[in-house]
Amino acid sequence: MYQFELQIPPSPEYIAIVRLVVSSLASARRAVADERVDDLKLAVSEACTNAIEAHASVGSSEPVTIRVTEGDERLEVEITDRGPGFLPDALPTHPPVTDPARLNFERGLGIPLIKTLVDAAEFLPSPEGTTVRITLYGGPSDGGDETSEILRAVLADDE
Amino acid sequence: MELGLEVAEGPAPYTVLAVKGEVDVYTAPRLREKLVELVSQGKHQIIVDLEGVDFLDSTGLGVLVGGLKRLRSNDGDLSLVCTQSRILKVFEITGLTKVFSIYDSVDGATAS
Repeated sequence: MYQFELQIPPSPEYIAIVRLVVSSLASARRAVADERVDDLKLAVSEACTNAIEAHASVGSSEPVTIRVTEGDERLEVEITDRGPGFLPDALPTHPPVTDPARLNFERGLGIPLIKTLVDAAEFLPSPEGTTVRITLYGGPSDGGDETSEILRAVLADDE
Repeated sequence: MELGLEVAEGPAPYTVLAVKGEVDVYTAPRLREKLVELVSQGKHQIIVDLEGVDFLDSTGLGVLVGGLKRLRSNDGDLSLVCTQSRILKVFEITGLTKVFSIYDSVDGATAS
């Protein structure tokens, strides 16, 4: 298990760096399957966008913290802001996308994306700010790939 | 991080806007400005080519939805060119594949 922490100024240009670091780390450590790295990258990016907007809404120049923890068969990323906090369930619901009125809503797609892309997404408000905890399960062989299951067994025998 | 925005005239009445790079909360405002500029120039049939896009987040989706809305209110339309599965996935998850016409090439979009 390892832990890695990154702090960025609450400014949009730094989110690209977070994406680069988190996706490189996930690929290099083979913590999650390759095809999940894009999901992780987008979910983390969305959470950072929300965090930075939360800081902007209160004029805070405090850093946003991104903490990556790799455990057994799981990768966890926590994005912590010092904003005023929000309750995801209290967010306004949008009309369905097929409703012409949906075009009046250009925002509000970030949280549904996070929830769909990752295995678990928790929104943890506290008096100091909000932490979004994103979890992906499974190693590189996840997804029922039989060949890699066999390869893994062969490699295990060699040890 | 640079966002590439190239405008080319397609067969009338189409205008093609080719986007390259990463579209996120930092770069999306430039995409929005370009779309607003094109609409104000009277370009009301815009094809946004996303083939050169490496990353697209909800802010980028929001800008495209805003562009579509602006064009439809001018009796125009905004269609997309995209074949990359990781970008298409974002449209699918959000249900926006039902809102946008998505083609696999600029030729396909102009032939529609």
